[in-house]
Amino acid sequence: MTDILVLVEHEDGTPKKVSNQILTAAKQIGDGSVAAAIFGAGAAAAADKVGEFGATTAYVWEGAEADEYATEPKVAALVAAIEASGADAVLYAADPFVTDVVARCAVRTGSGVVADAVDLELDGDRIVASKAIFGGDMNSMCQVTGDGAQFIGVKPNSFQAESAGGGAAEVVELSVDLPESATRAKITDVVEAAASGRPEMTEAAIIVSGGRGLGEEEGFELIGELADALGGAVGASRAATDAGWIAHSHQIGQTGKTVSPQLYLANGISGAIQHRAGMQTAQTIAVINKDAEAPIFSIADIGIVGDLYKVIPPLVEEINKRKG
Amino acid sequence: MRIICPVKRVPDTAAEKKVNDDLTVDRDSVEAILNANDEWSIEEAMRLKESRDDVEIVALCMGPESAQQTVRKALSYGLDAAIQVTDSAIEGSDATATARVLAAALADEEWDLIIMGNQSSDARSMLVPAMLAEYLDVPALTYAKRLAVGDDGSVEADRETAGGHETVTTQLPAVVSVVEAINEPRYPSFKGIMAAKKKPLDTRDLAAIGLSPEEAGHAGSSTTVLEATPKPPKEAGDKVEDDGTGQVGAKALVDFLVEKKFI
Ligand SMILES: Cc1cc2nc3c(=O)[nH]c(=O)nc-3n(C[C@H](O)[C@H](O)[C@H](O)COP(=O)(O)OP(=O)(O)OC[C@H]3O[C@@H](n4cnc5c(N)ncnc54)[C@H](O)[C@@H]3O)c2cc1C
Ligand SMILES: Cc1cc2nc3c(=O)[nH]c(=O)nc-3n(C[C@H](O)[C@H](O)[C@H](O)COP(=O)(O)OP(=O)(O)OC[C@H]3O[C@@H](n4cnc5c(N)ncnc54)[C@H](O)[C@@H]3O)c2cc1C
Repeated sequence: MTDILVLVEHEDGTPKKVSNQILTAAKQIGDGSVAAAIFGAGAAAAADKVGEFGATTAYVWEGAEADEYATEPKVAALVAAIEASGADAVLYAADPFVTDVVARCAVRTGSGVVADAVDLELDGDRIVASKAIFGGDMNSMCQVTGDGAQFIGVKPNSFQAESAGGGAAEVVELSVDLPESATRAKITDVVEAAASGRPEMTEAAIIVSGGRGLGEEEGFELIGELADALGGAVGASRAATDAGWIAHSHQIGQTGKTVSPQLYLANGISGAIQHRAGMQTAQTIAVINKDAEAPIFSIADIGIVGDLYKVIPPLVEEINKRKG
Repeated sequence: MRIICPVKRVPDTAAEKKVNDDLTVDRDSVEAILNANDEWSIEEAMRLKESRDDVEIVALCMGPESAQQTVRKALSYGLDAAIQVTDSAIEGSDATATARVLAAALADEEWDLIIMGNQSSDARSMLVPAMLAEYLDVPALTYAKRLAVGDDGSVEADRETAGGHETVTTQLPAVVSVVEAINEPRYPSFKGIMAAKKKPLDTRDLAAIGLSPEEAGHAGSSTTVLEATPKPPKEAGDKVEDDGTGQVGAKALVDFLVEKKFI
């Protein structure tokens, strides 16, 4: 029996979509119990909502330290949740800040981490994770060995969230012993980008991105309109972030973020290998580029050879019409 | 202040990769380079060195003998010295084993600050910085796009979030990992390249850093690779030539998106 604990992330008490996806994955592959670990302000409210996706128990810690200090209070809480639940495996959304928590926790508990899984399978009491390596050039299957809980990071959108029709999860409040060292790194300020109403890039099912072909910063307004019509996030190539047209956190590629959305729509991006290393695992790739020879066409499921400033406005209009 | 810059030798992103029979990456058949993100950490360390007069920077690399080239490259940016951990038993190390080896190499060293890349271009797990901090029992300020070190030993970093940042403050000693947005790395000067050849490089095996062969490599890893296979190249789909007005292209794309149920 493999009992799985899912590290659930939430925003003010609402679990993130990706956490529901991972709970669903745990329910689908597991042959034991599925539990949730939820930390920070609003954790108890979030616990009310995890039963629907298959968690029967929610381990909750609302300590203020979770939100006041970086990483380490959550590490202590996760260790406590693993002990309380007796979990054999911990699944988490492979997002940077969460990866930090899990990385420290794995070292503390003498275990290891498989990062960036896109598919999971149970083999005895071990989870076998499929993942892309070398920016999607190769596929591999990895597992955590050893005695401690197996830590597996799951990429957003690898699974569809499906209601498991469960009742409310039983809530267990954790008592977390915080060593003094847990409060060494204090969060003194949080600066959010102006709310765009768009999904977070690493979590979005659809990403519309722009590159040097936009020619100017204003081009991202057009990219934003297309993203909004499709309910997607906005991404960028390095040429666009280097030019200062959009923040670096939107950069996709080798030195930026790796994304694997269901749809990646690249506009005015040539498809350099360093860019492809961040997006070529997208399930469907669409391209608008005026150069028919651009390398990105070779990985596109559909390629439009044309001027993005001509193609995108009627495209947005038509999408909105069909939706309406 | 003594700063450690971990540096990794990685296969060039543009090169074709191969996997050995034992499922480790064939790092010898392809051109190897200094991991790009480590250029940003080196640059940040150099800026600290240039802004005060007490800074020494030491590169730290775990890798095969041939990684010496990468270490010399790192030194050519103006770093003072390097430590390279080389041992046949480190082959196949996962992130935990890598972090354990890097931490062990620092056990008898004096250091105040570790600055490293947030990820490497081959495995890209983003695990090593936090794991290294855990082994060393110090705080980690990861994904920094701004770093400030005060004379009082305080460290402040803006950690990149989606579109914004969070500011985190701690005291030395600490680990910091940096993202590309933090700076624009310099090019090594000719003088720097020549000087790098003569800078002290301390090569150590596992015994010298107090680890047994069981604590590194495949044996010391907590993960196993069961299979690694090249992905068949993707076949390109339809290419539609727009008519110059945008109408043809837009229609083809809408039809495609409807067919694929994105609309
Ligand atoms: C170490 C290293 C790391 C890197 N990391 C990254 C990374 O993380 N992410 C990344 O993206 N890059 C990265 N790069 C840079 C990468 O090599 C390319 O330079 C970059 O991706 C190019 O961006 P682009 O495609 O937007 O620009 P270009 O290559 O200049 O392509 C612009 C494209 O726009 C098209 N175009 C122009 N006008 C129009 C129009 N009106 N309508 C339609 N199409 C038009 C052109 O035909 C062209 O194909 C890295 C490079 C190095 C060396
Ligand atoms: C197919 C395959 C799958 C793998 N999957 C996993 C997995 O899921 N989990 C896992 O733990 N390992 C895995 N590995 C092993 C992984 O390649 C190594 O653990 C690797 O050394 C860790 O580096 P990283 O790129 O993940 O480090 P990152 O955490 O991405 O690197 C961050 C920074 O750490 C520093 N750094 C990293 N390595 C070194 C070094 N050797 N010397 C000096 N500084 C360094 C650099 O500054 C770098 O910028 C896999 C290997 C293969 C072949």
